[in-house]
Amino acid sequence: MESGQIFNLVPWVVFLPVIGLVVNLLLGRRLGEVFSGVVASLASGLTFVVAVLLAAALASAPNARVVSPWEWISIGELTVRWAFRVDTLSVVMMLAVSLVGTLIHIYSIGYMHSDVRHNGDPGRYTRFFVFMNLFIASMMLLVSADNFLMMFVGWEGVGLCSYLLIGFWYEKGKNGIGNAEAAKKAFITNRIGDFGLLIALFLIFGYFGTLQFDEVFRQAASVAAAHPGAMLLITLAMLLGVSGKSAQIPLFVWLPDAMAGPTPVSALIHAATMVTAGVYLVARSTAFYSVVPVAQTVVMWVGALTALLAATIALGQYDIKKVLAYSTISQLGFMVAAVGMGAMVAGMFHLVTHAFFKGLLFLSAGSVIQGMERGMHGGDDSAEFDPQDMRNMGGLRKKMPLTFWVYLIGGLALSGIAPLAGFFSKDEILGAAYTGHNAVFVLLVLTAFLTAFYMGRQLVMVFFGKPLSAAAEHASESPRVMTIPLVILALLSLLGGALNLPGVHTLEHWLAHTLGEVKPAEFIWLVAGLSFLLALLGLGLAWLIYTRREQKSGADDPLKKPLGALYTGMERKWWVDEFYQALILNPYKAFAQFIAEPVDLGIIDRVGGGLAAGMRALAEGLRQLENGYVRSYALWMVVGLLAIMMFLFLR
Amino acid sequence: MFPVIYPIILAVILFSLGVAGVLLRKNAIVILMSLELMFNAANLVFITFANYHQNLDGQVFIIFIMVTAAAEVAVGLALIVNIFRAKKTISIDEMHSLKG
Amino acid sequence: MTPALLIFILLGIIAVASALAMLLSRNTVYSALFLILNFLAVAVIYILMGASFVALSQIAVYAGAIMVLVLFVIMLLGTQHLDPRETLKWQRPLAIVLTLALIIQGAYALITRYGFQYATLAASPEFVDPKNLGMVLFQKHSLPFEVTSVILLVAAIGAVVLTHKQKKDGGA
Repeated sequence: MESGQIFNLVPWVVFLPVIGLVVNLLLGRRLGEVFSGVVASLASGLTFVVAVLLAAALASAPNARVVSPWEWISIGELTVRWAFRVDTLSVVMMLAVSLVGTLIHIYSIGYMHSDVRHNGDPGRYTRFFVFMNLFIASMMLLVSADNFLMMFVGWEGVGLCSYLLIGFWYEKGKNGIGNAEAAKKAFITNRIGDFGLLIALFLIFGYFGTLQFDEVFRQAASVAAAHPGAMLLITLAMLLGVSGKSAQIPLFVWLPDAMAGPTPVSALIHAATMVTAGVYLVARSTAFYSVVPVAQTVVMWVGALTALLAATIALGQYDIKKVLAYSTISQLGFMVAAVGMGAMVAGMFHLVTHAFFKGLLFLSAGSVIQGMERGMHGGDDSAEFDPQDMRNMGGLRKKMPLTFWVYLIGGLALSGIAPLAGFFSKDEILGAAYTGHNAVFVLLVLTAFLTAFYMGRQLVMVFFGKPLSAAAEHASESPRVMTIPLVILALLSLLGGALNLPGVHTLEHWLAHTLGEVKPAEFIWLVAGLSFLLALLGLGLAWLIYTRREQKSGADDPLKKPLGALYTGMERKWWVDEFYQALILNPYKAFAQFIAEPVDLGIIDRVGGGLAAGMRALAEGLRQLENGYVRSYALWMVVGLLAIMMFLFLR
Repeated sequence: MFPVIYPIILAVILFSLGVAGVLLRKNAIVILMSLELMFNAANLVFITFANYHQNLDGQVFIIFIMVTAAAEVAVGLALIVNIFRAKKTISIDEMHSLKG
Repeated sequence: MTPALLIFILLGIIAVASALAMLLSRNTVYSALFLILNFLAVAVIYILMGASFVALSQIAVYAGAIMVLVLFVIMLLGTQHLDPRETLKWQRPLAIVLTLALIIQGAYALITRYGFQYATLAASPEFVDPKNLGMVLFQKHSLPFEVTSVILLVAAIGAVVLTHKQKKDGGA
């Protein structure tokens, strides 16, 4: 095929998963688990193949292409085409999403097989894959869109999938509604962010007259000169959208709760792909942020503060997935800070490597949890036993050797140990911060240290020492369909740094076609050495503290005593949820109560009821006229006749 | 001869008496006859203006009205006979089952 | 006062009186007979105004055929007398008031609008001649004439169908 024609394949990145989900929707239940899983994985895999073809075509002709099959909306001045955009940035996202997505689909075949049995509803197996494919389709729509509106469709679509999948076990959780509540929280929090994005979209249309990317970005500089306030508002409203989707301050609270979903969902949506949409949005809108330095600074600080805050909370968590969730928020903070500093490439680089090693960590955590669940059936089977609590684990290194090794690779990559993927990408961000943003640099370095420390803590608590529960004692390795994707992801985490090696800058040149000339990140030995040393220090410190701790199920964290109130704060997530509850939710509920009880029941319902009663009485009176006597009707006809004659004569 | 208004006033009175018959009497046959009276009043108006304009169309119209009235009486009486069979009375006040 | 006006006033009094008598008599047979008298009086007024053919039709069709049919039904059903009590409380006074209002309003409006200046004419021979009437009826108005024949046919069949006893249902 000619390279020009390859670009026409781009709609298939959306349609293939849609086909997969339709097939599963119609036939999945009838044809069984293997069929569903294979169809879904195939749909996702073919999407990856298309993405690879697109990337190959772009390699020889790197200019952006727009494939625009249909006109979508045309109202007055607003014309929106159903247009797909193929450029280096969107292809990077497509590759990362479909590659990680496919691996997680394959992993899910094995994971969900056990999970649906463990949770007692095998009928949901197919539904899971339908949702997953829907997610892939929405995500592809998001990254391949050529205008803000179409991107918004994908943006909402992934939010919906996130809601559906967090609430996958909707009848489980605290009081039987815990998971549903978590899904609701995620959806509503995202909605606040989406509201911001929507405002940004309206403003863009208002000031630019179009939503098409090229047009908008071309005018960005002139509009910024003419209406600096509007431009600032657009970028800040967009930032609200970013902080909703990418779990930044102040809207990060939904992501930890989102861990209620099945673990592959946490890996795919809440670590590797969807939550990076915000980073992608800022990178895509480089033209906006580069002309509004204030907004850029705000973005940077939001990212940096989120990174530090989430890292401290991660230290105080015991749930294996919660630690990873806060770690994700923290790493997203890194990316947001990077794009805020204008280091778009560094941000995107970290996005990709993070997708690899965080996906790997979550999937491994899933493997650990299922190992524990299998162990539970061998021994400790009480209802209160939590197979995700790290205080019940320990010594799993010998029970689940493969999982241990891949987890170790993921953990080291996340901590930033050279030469794993995380080292290079994180170092690029730190390097960007070092060359101009000293305060942020300090925050991020501190975060990097904490990252290494909590990963060390987790590794030690889960895999070393002696088993702290019967379940850990009887844990066993996961089946091959789960471990193979783990190994592939581990390889990617090992080698992912090669994407943008210092001095070679493959990704840098690749993205330059889309993002324009970005300042090339220089490799600063001092920074790299410092971050590497800090990572080692963090890991070592964790090793020292946690191997010596009191090895007992449910024991307090050894940091609790020396840190005191500080640690309680970390444990309690700095009371952010409680703060929101008191500041926003409670007044809101009180207001809603006020509207419902005195206003609605007292005034509105009474008015409505009164009107209805009045009409009823009137009708009851008028009903008497309809008495069934023809002569009486004739009488009223004569009355009418007289009235009409009167009108005609007196006119 | 005499003013046009005289027969017209007569027609008004006859018509109104027909209306009064419909409103006052319960006997279905009398009501039917009151309708005939109203037709008759209308015919009188036609004749008067036909005379005033010396136009034969007015007379032709009366012939049509007579035909229609005859048809109406035939059907009306048939209905009354049917009602009498069902209710054993022709008082229209006995027929008030259709009501609100 | 011309003789024509005198005759008209006499006939008008007879017409109104017979109409009132029809309205007020308790016996339905008397009502029918008073209505025939009313038709006859009006028919004479027609002759006065030169519509002799229509007047004769009126006597033959209305006073003759139709009223005979009515009388026949009255006799057949034997319902000369009905319970004179009024079922509807306000019907009688309201009906009387409304009738008077109708008469007064109609007469007042017509008189104030048109007054007495237009006069009827002594009929010309062309207007009286039934031949001319026949020409107008069958030439100018032939289509409506045909339509009335259909109406008559439908009414005749309808009357037969309505009064026909259905034996199968045990008499409807």
